[in-house]
Amino acid sequence: MATVTLNNIRKNYGSLEVVKGVDLEIRDREFIVLVGPSGCGKTTLLRMIAGLETITSGDLAIDGKRVNDVQPDERGLAMVFQSYALYPHMSVADNMGFALRMAGVPKAERQSKVRDAARILQLEPYLDRRPGQLSGGQRQRVAIGRAIVRNPKVFLFDEPLSNLDAALRMQMRIELARLHHELDATMIYVTHDQVEAMTLADRIVVVNGGRIEQVGAPMEIYANPVSTFVAGFIGAPKMNLLAGKLQCTSDAAQAILEDGSAVTLPTRPGLANGDAITIGIRPEALRVTADGSLAGRVTVVEHLGGETLTHIELASGQLATVKTDERAPAKVGQTVRLGVDPRRLHLFGPDGRAVSRRSEALQPG
Amino acid sequence: MERPLTQRIFAAVAGWGLAIIMFFPILWMAMTAFKREPEAIASPPLIFFEPTLRNFEQVLDRADYLHFFFNSVIVSVGSTLLGLAVGLPAAYALAFHPGKRAKDLLVWMLSTKMMPAVGVLVPIYLMFKSAGLLDSRIGLVVLYMLVNLPIIIWMLFTFFREVPREILEAARLDGARPLRQFIHLLIPLTAPGIASTALLSIILAWNEAFWSINLTVSNATPLTAFIASFSSPQGLFWAKLSAASLLAIGPILVFGWITQRQLVRGLTFGAVK
Ligand SMILES: Nc1ncnc2c1ncn2[C@@H]1O[C@H](COP(=O)(O)OP(=O)(O)O)[C@@H](O)[C@H]1O
Ligand SMILES: [Mg+2]
Repeated sequence: MATVTLNNIRKNYGSLEVVKGVDLEIRDREFIVLVGPSGCGKTTLLRMIAGLETITSGDLAIDGKRVNDVQPDERGLAMVFQSYALYPHMSVADNMGFALRMAGVPKAERQSKVRDAARILQLEPYLDRRPGQLSGGQRQRVAIGRAIVRNPKVFLFDEPLSNLDAALRMQMRIELARLHHELDATMIYVTHDQVEAMTLADRIVVVNGGRIEQVGAPMEIYANPVSTFVAGFIGAPKMNLLAGKLQCTSDAAQAILEDGSAVTLPTRPGLANGDAITIGIRPEALRVTADGSLAGRVTVVEHLGGETLTHIELASGQLATVKTDERAPAKVGQTVRLGVDPRRLHLFGPDGRAVSRRSEALQPG
Repeated sequence: MERPLTQRIFAAVAGWGLAIIMFFPILWMAMTAFKREPEAIASPPLIFFEPTLRNFEQVLDRADYLHFFFNSVIVSVGSTLLGLAVGLPAAYALAFHPGKRAKDLLVWMLSTKMMPAVGVLVPIYLMFKSAGLLDSRIGLVVLYMLVNLPIIIWMLFTFFREVPREILEAARLDGARPLRQFIHLLIPLTAPGIASTALLSIILAWNEAFWSINLTVSNATPLTAFIASFSSPQGLFWAKLSAASLLAIGPILVFGWITQRQLVRGLTFGAVK
């Protein structure tokens, strides 16, 4: 059982505010992923939860108990650092058993717990080695093993896969997902990689500039991003975001892009005629079609095997990406027209907030 | 990587040249120690002579060498241990929990070493006098500790800074508070650095002469005062002075020789890691 509650958490370094009031309710056994660009305050937030950084203001509670002033080792959590932070002069077994040793657990019990964790992580052949004699992936596993041995209520991960190569990263991602099922613990995972967020999370927390932009299940966030920031950050390749002006007539609404081309909107957004509007189109929702409302020239075609990305420079000068199955819809240099299904459009107002969610966003709290 | 031959020859000549220039005075002193007094001041200087142990006999006859020797050991080792006891926690705080002024503090501490010691001779002498520390080993231990503390802290700080902060933070989460972080992580991880700091402190304290000559009379006199005692009343006797000097620096030379690998390893610790 472990819930973690953040209530208006703030962090200042001198006069610089890096975490600007974060509210978050993390449920028991949830795999929560904090995702955001580098420098947005994810690590700081995680370190405050761990107790390595003081909380400037706000309340942090674990299982309903305020822990702002509780020592890190008494919060019942374990952390896996981005750099792994293994003890270089100790064997793998000693690394993993260190916390138990500090807690005064008898040697025999310590060894059996270390062996259990090593088995889960396939580290048994390496127990006598030093961290320096291991590969990156193995070190990563030792770092996770060190956390597992302590049997914590909450696991904290700070970009644990960022130092691994792409193949290993994918493998470890799957392993982490498996571990979460096996261990049944609450996990708080920080990453700047939206793929990790999408694949691992029960719920994603999108962080931007020290604030939470959006919280939700991966597909919920993917389907309904509340802002251009979230829309651009979640999903690969990025959502196409095209700026224009709103033009409403008695029976229809259109977005007029910079080159004058008009995109029909599904509904009439609650904005004034002439307001700036940004339309968002996922690359897979954009089609090359003869009667499309947008025109552009193909600049690059990327064949990824199962899918193909076609990059197009629109007449307005903006760039758009079209995602299709293996076949490219056009050749480089060709001029094409692009069509959009109005129902798959995302609309964002002048402030960058999603228009369809406007009424929610205005509610207090 | 092979350097061109001319470069290697130049490096060898320069290296040996420097080494000989630095070593020559010590060699000359060692030779003088085995000469008779007239030979010692002969002009032109003698390179070949019949060695004698008379100077050593006379020197050891006139003064209780062991008394000075033990004072030197007590004072240099004692001040070093005390220096580590103060310096280790100080360097830990500066390296891992630095305040806003940590860097300034370090520079300030080191800058005290730029002041000539004689500038504070009178106040220190008066303080020692009123505290009853004149001619006491305790007084020298404390003073040498203070004199070498900036260097001890500075060195330990640079070694500690090499230890990734996150390792200590991981230990913190694993339940190791500062004392245990010291015992289980910092000391084993920086042992070569701590050892070379200690060695350097011992050597510096052993060779310190200004304070020992000015603050001790007989009870607490270390070997540097032993040398000085041969340069005084009846005028200079080069051979005996050299013999006394050789006896004084002999132990530390041997000590330095034995520990030089350790010393070099520690001093280049950060670079090779
Ligand atoms: N100890 C510190 N002192 C001052 N500023 C800091 C400190 N730690 C982090 N910051 C600043 O706080 C912001 C957030 O940092 P961080 O939490 O590491 O971001 P992220 O992990 O999302 O990349 C950054 O702008 C960073 O420069
Ligand atoms: Mg970070």
